[in-house]
Amino acid sequence: MSSLPLITILTFVPFCGALVLACGRSDQQVLTRRFALATSFISLAIALVMWKAFDAGATGFQFEERHAWIPALGVEYRVGIDGLGLLMVLLAAIVVPMAILASWRNEDRPHFYFSMVLFLQSGLFGTFTALNFIHWFLFWELSLIPAFFLVRLWGGPQRAAAATQFFVYTMVGSIALLLAFLAIFLATKEGANPGIFDFTKLAELGRNNAIFGHASAGAATAKVIFLAALLGFAVKVPLMPFHTWLPSTYTEAPSGTTMLLTGVMSKMGVYGFLRILLPIFPYQMQALRTPLLVLAVITIVFSASAAFAQKDLKRIFAYSSINHLGYCLLAIFAVATAGAGLATPAAEKSAALSGAFLQMFNHGLTAATLFWFISLIEQRSGGLRGLNDFGGLRKVAPVFCGLMGIALFSSLGLPGLNGFVGEFLIFKGVFPLATCSASLSVIGLLVTAIFILTVLQRVFNGPLNPKWSAFPDLTFGERAILAVPIGLMFVLGVYPQLVLGFINHTVVVMVKQLPF
Amino acid sequence: MLAWTIYISFLGVLVLMLLPKGNAALARKVALTTALVGLGIAIAGLVQYKSAIAVPGAEKIVSVTDVDWVPSLGIKYHLAADGVSITLVLLTGLAAVAGILFSWNIEHRAKEFFAFYLALIGGVYGVFLSFDLFLLFVFYEIAIVPKYFIIAIWGSTRREYGAMKLALYSFIGSAMVLVGLIAAYVVSGAHSFDVTELAKYPFTPHFQFWAFPLVFVGFAILAGMWPFHTWAPTGHVAAPTAASMLLAGVVMKLGAYGCLRVAMTLFPEGLVAWRNCFAILAIIGIIYGAMVALVQKDFKFVIGYSSVSHMGFVLLGLMTLNAIGLSGAVLQMFSHGIIAGLLFAVVGRMVYDRTHTRDLDELQGMGLSKVMPFAAATFVIAGMASMGLPGFSGFAAEFQVLIGAWQAFPALAILTGIGILVGVAYTLRVLQKAFYGDGEAEAGSENQHEHEPMPPISVPERLGAVMLIAISLLIGLFPRLLLDVIIPSFDSPLFDWLRRTR
Amino acid sequence: MNYLDLFKLAVPEMVIVVTALVVLAVDVVTLRDLELRFRFIVAGMIACVGCVGATAWMLISHPSANLFGGMFVIDPTTQIVKIALLALTIFTILLSMDSDFTDHVGEYLALILLGAVGMMFLVSAEDIVMIFIALELTSLSLYILTAFNKRDIKSAEASLKYFLFGGMSAAFTLFGLSFIYGLSGTTNLPAIAAAMAGKGLDPLLVVAIVMVVIGFGFKIAAVPFHLWAPDAYQGAPTPSAAFIASGSKVASFFIFAKIMAVGFAGKEIEGSGAWHDYAAGWVPVVAIVAALSMVLGNLVAIVQTSVRRLIAYSAIAHAGYMLIAVLAHNRQSLVSLIYYAVTYGLTTVGAFGVVAVVERGTGGEKLSDFAGLSRRAPLVSFCMLIFMLSLAGIPPLAGFFGKFYVFSAAVNAGAPNLGLLWLVILAVAMSAVSLYYYLQVLKQIYVKDAADPAPLKTTVLTRVVLVLLAALVILFGCAPNLLLRWF
Repeated sequence: MSSLPLITILTFVPFCGALVLACGRSDQQVLTRRFALATSFISLAIALVMWKAFDAGATGFQFEERHAWIPALGVEYRVGIDGLGLLMVLLAAIVVPMAILASWRNEDRPHFYFSMVLFLQSGLFGTFTALNFIHWFLFWELSLIPAFFLVRLWGGPQRAAAATQFFVYTMVGSIALLLAFLAIFLATKEGANPGIFDFTKLAELGRNNAIFGHASAGAATAKVIFLAALLGFAVKVPLMPFHTWLPSTYTEAPSGTTMLLTGVMSKMGVYGFLRILLPIFPYQMQALRTPLLVLAVITIVFSASAAFAQKDLKRIFAYSSINHLGYCLLAIFAVATAGAGLATPAAEKSAALSGAFLQMFNHGLTAATLFWFISLIEQRSGGLRGLNDFGGLRKVAPVFCGLMGIALFSSLGLPGLNGFVGEFLIFKGVFPLATCSASLSVIGLLVTAIFILTVLQRVFNGPLNPKWSAFPDLTFGERAILAVPIGLMFVLGVYPQLVLGFINHTVVVMVKQLPF
Repeated sequence: MLAWTIYISFLGVLVLMLLPKGNAALARKVALTTALVGLGIAIAGLVQYKSAIAVPGAEKIVSVTDVDWVPSLGIKYHLAADGVSITLVLLTGLAAVAGILFSWNIEHRAKEFFAFYLALIGGVYGVFLSFDLFLLFVFYEIAIVPKYFIIAIWGSTRREYGAMKLALYSFIGSAMVLVGLIAAYVVSGAHSFDVTELAKYPFTPHFQFWAFPLVFVGFAILAGMWPFHTWAPTGHVAAPTAASMLLAGVVMKLGAYGCLRVAMTLFPEGLVAWRNCFAILAIIGIIYGAMVALVQKDFKFVIGYSSVSHMGFVLLGLMTLNAIGLSGAVLQMFSHGIIAGLLFAVVGRMVYDRTHTRDLDELQGMGLSKVMPFAAATFVIAGMASMGLPGFSGFAAEFQVLIGAWQAFPALAILTGIGILVGVAYTLRVLQKAFYGDGEAEAGSENQHEHEPMPPISVPERLGAVMLIAISLLIGLFPRLLLDVIIPSFDSPLFDWLRRTR
Repeated sequence: MNYLDLFKLAVPEMVIVVTALVVLAVDVVTLRDLELRFRFIVAGMIACVGCVGATAWMLISHPSANLFGGMFVIDPTTQIVKIALLALTIFTILLSMDSDFTDHVGEYLALILLGAVGMMFLVSAEDIVMIFIALELTSLSLYILTAFNKRDIKSAEASLKYFLFGGMSAAFTLFGLSFIYGLSGTTNLPAIAAAMAGKGLDPLLVVAIVMVVIGFGFKIAAVPFHLWAPDAYQGAPTPSAAFIASGSKVASFFIFAKIMAVGFAGKEIEGSGAWHDYAAGWVPVVAIVAALSMVLGNLVAIVQTSVRRLIAYSAIAHAGYMLIAVLAHNRQSLVSLIYYAVTYGLTTVGAFGVVAVVERGTGGEKLSDFAGLSRRAPLVSFCMLIFMLSLAGIPPLAGFFGKFYVFSAAVNAGAPNLGLLWLVILAVAMSAVSLYYYLQVLKQIYVKDAADPAPLKTTVLTRVVLVLLAALVILFGCAPNLLLRWF
């Protein structure tokens, strides 16, 4: 098993599937859908195999593959996963089939649509497993194109503007990121050796603050470079105030795509913070910790408030996404400190980071499911999805409301469901490390609770809107399919060890490697 | 063997001139065969060169022919190749074949068209292989005249004006180069034109101070350096598709190659003195070209200005004076040659020949992505490559230039990043307007000429597009294929100045 | 030295004179009543045979002589130039065989040959008296040749202008030469230089130089003595115009260079035309003339609509380029001048040949008459392409190498100060400008469509001659050594 280049296979299975689909025709719709789904299941199977074969206690990267690519420029094809990578790979492998199933009824050029979805999945797998900057950057950028087309061609009425805004914003961040890393490449050049693009080596140098030297001029340069790299990821997560592309993009995208955007693509940003920014720039993060925490808090609180003010279901949950990921960022920023005055800073940090990891996975699952439900509502209501368009749906579609209710409560963070665990661990870790921020973030929790309950109340409860007296409930097939993510929500809520088991060691190592 | 690329092309011209008039099909086949043979030789040359320099301590310059031409003046017929030459020869071969494939539909005076085309190709091959500067100049000028005729006879918008402007600008540029060359030749003792000999001669800094900008600007005019670029958009738009592909793809590279091989090699002290000035002009070109492309109404003008912008990268890379920036510049020459060819092919051949309009507002109403999906897909890929998306050759080149720029002019590197962004913007804009307009035609535009069924994308077009895309992808994913010949050639004595002017 | 030796040395010239007389006699006696074209062919053939014979003699025997104190000089250089002159004469005669502008075939061809004799003597002369005599012999022949088309009033007008201008300038030349004799006491060029050495720039000498320059400036059609050229080129019958533009130019430039380089040798008399160190002498004067010729010739040519006048103004410009070679006054520049002049002559003869074809076919020689020529007469058009591009200075044609050689020699002469570079820069710039109007001609031929697309009739002879000329232009351009190794 270990001799097979699993990661490469994993990355290129969806890629090949996408190529095949791209050459397909519009009329073979059934075949197209089944092929797409089958491909995504193959990926899921490989991911599960990797999960099984993963050694939870080993340090370093597993399933590693390494080939020289452009030695003269320090670029190599290097892939590997640790706990974090495995987590993201699993998330991507789970969310994509969900997205495909949610888009099952798409009749407008389905072969092209699913081809884009699979390209996106390939890009995601590549991003989460790459360990050399140029290699990583290739997949990072490549995932933009399918997302752009998914929004642009199948989206809502304002899709042109939304897609362009999404693309350009992300590109701005990417260019900044590229420039930053090229500067690092130059700074790490020594004599005849080309500079370094490898994440592990850079992390080592970063720990010793050896990238830019100790001179004060070096420190200023390092800060600027850090900010540039930060921009790249901040746009992706997003961190306020770089979030303005998100609401319109999520709203205009077809719901199947939004599942992908919120479920996995936004996690690319957080992954970037964890894999790249924190290990390579620990000192800079520590230096700028306070403003970053402030931004995180603003993100959490404002996005929740904005969600509360929305009238479109998709927009509500778009802002809610920002909010949930804000907690992850809160944890990451809180961890960048020496933790003086604490008894067991390492434990707190581990808690915070584990919470961040879990939150990523859980939010991905939950948000994807929520948007799936919203797409189901849209299909049944002929495109309507306003908060006040519905009412009393519980009476006509009890199963639907029940299942969606579970998803909503998970998003809210009800104990017993998966959403709780991540948030709990985050706050457990962050309270001692950054008390003020944590306290303020609680507001976010409260406001989230309010708007979610509002959604529940307006859409499900209350008097039945006579328009919807014929609102069909979930079919048997839909129930069966939706049972899986809902079931997972329960499982992870009660037994988070499933995930914590394999990420724990990675978190501990990460915390240990922080130089403070 | 590489010299045969030149001879084959001119042989092809001869054969074409002897063909009977009116038989366009035969003319095309002859032309395509000639171009394919040339490409084959180029590829063989690349492979041979690679194995030649793999031997440790081997000479990085491979001599092809070296014969006395006019002994009393010290002029030799000296053809040779190093990594840079070989890369560009390969580019010429590819662009030539692609151009012919995209000109498969030319019926009017076809044999003359292909005759001029092959003459141009032959001249270009000659420039890239010449190591005697007189010979280089001869080939450089040979390339000017066929361009004029191709544009003036088979072009479209304002073709006679565009052709004359192009010819005169090129000629003026070469006039400047001639003066510089004669001066250098005389000052160095008037006994050799060989570039390796002249490179060794220690010209006085005072002499270099005016000789360098003279020769550099002379070549840079052809390379589309701002502000001498104005011939480029007009010329590209006026030219027929194959000519635009060649013009933007290969001929502009002649200028850049001349800058590198002649101006920078002969006058390194002058280079150092003028370097910042030209770097700034390069940046202005990048940003200006991109910004102007953003507001164009004519599809082809967008691509024309984007060529100016991309050539700015080449010039910037040249001015960085470090190995990475330089190799990025050479790779960008190759990459942009392929990508520009692809872009013009879509605009000119696939779209314009069918819709007879290049106005973006009109195209918006035609729903082209549904009518010609292959063209749309090709343009998407070409656009991605042009934007500098990783995986395509443009990224490999641009990021090297960026590294070089960071090292040499950090402030300019940031501006370059902005240039890349504007590039993204105009590519997206033109992509959306031309292909994904979703039928939101501007009010009043004629939807009345309801899209007469457009002829499908023919086999030669598909072949050409696939070939170019494949090359761009191949080099984007495995830039080593070319970098392994480019970077070692910087060890040759011709690049001593690189080590001196660190 | 007896007359027999003189006769043996002057065999080529004698042969040509005899041929001229034979042609005249044959035509008057036997051919009068036959068809015009037949007469031209027979008489032309005889003339060509004579020229070929003279050439063969010169190739075989290589005497070296300097008779009567420079009156008649034979050395390898002069032999080469004479051979070139004869070649140009042959081509002119061949091209004239298709003409129909006159019935006086014998007279016409005899005059051409006599003009050639004059040029040959001119080339061999190193004595100012001999120079003047030969010059007049040539000029008189050319005046009459210009007037030969009695059916067209423009021919007479052109000839009259040419004659009046020519007469005036001959007077200037003679006057100037007489001053030189007065100053130096001898008529032999090297002796003149020796006599005037060390004397500095006498005001009388200055006058003499100016007059000589005026005289020869007229002959080579340099500014400001060029006013006769456009009319002469336009009005004269085609072979005459070709002859004036080619042979006469070669001979005149050669002798002008000789006079200036040999006769006016010496630093104080030469002066310097270099950018930084100007020094009075004939060099700056000629430099100014050269600059003016290049600028005026090229700029005015841009607005011409008649191809003949276009060629005339371009001839003025080319005279400017060639004068640069005269300025440098060393061996290398002399060689470059001869190369340039000879190849220029070949090109011009060819260009006039094409003009003749178009005139016969369409009745006019305006730019618009050339429209669509490439479809009507592809071979002739291709030849015109070669000629025009060579004149523009596009490699690998002879015109390019000629310009390059002249410019290099000029800059080299001032090495390492590169004094004459300013003139070269001007020349190169003007050369770039010239591409515009040459392309205008080619645009008509290749790009525009003809009003009447019927193929143009051309005789086999014309096509052969034109192709031969084009081939020579290409050959001498690609392998200049073929010509250069004779020097």
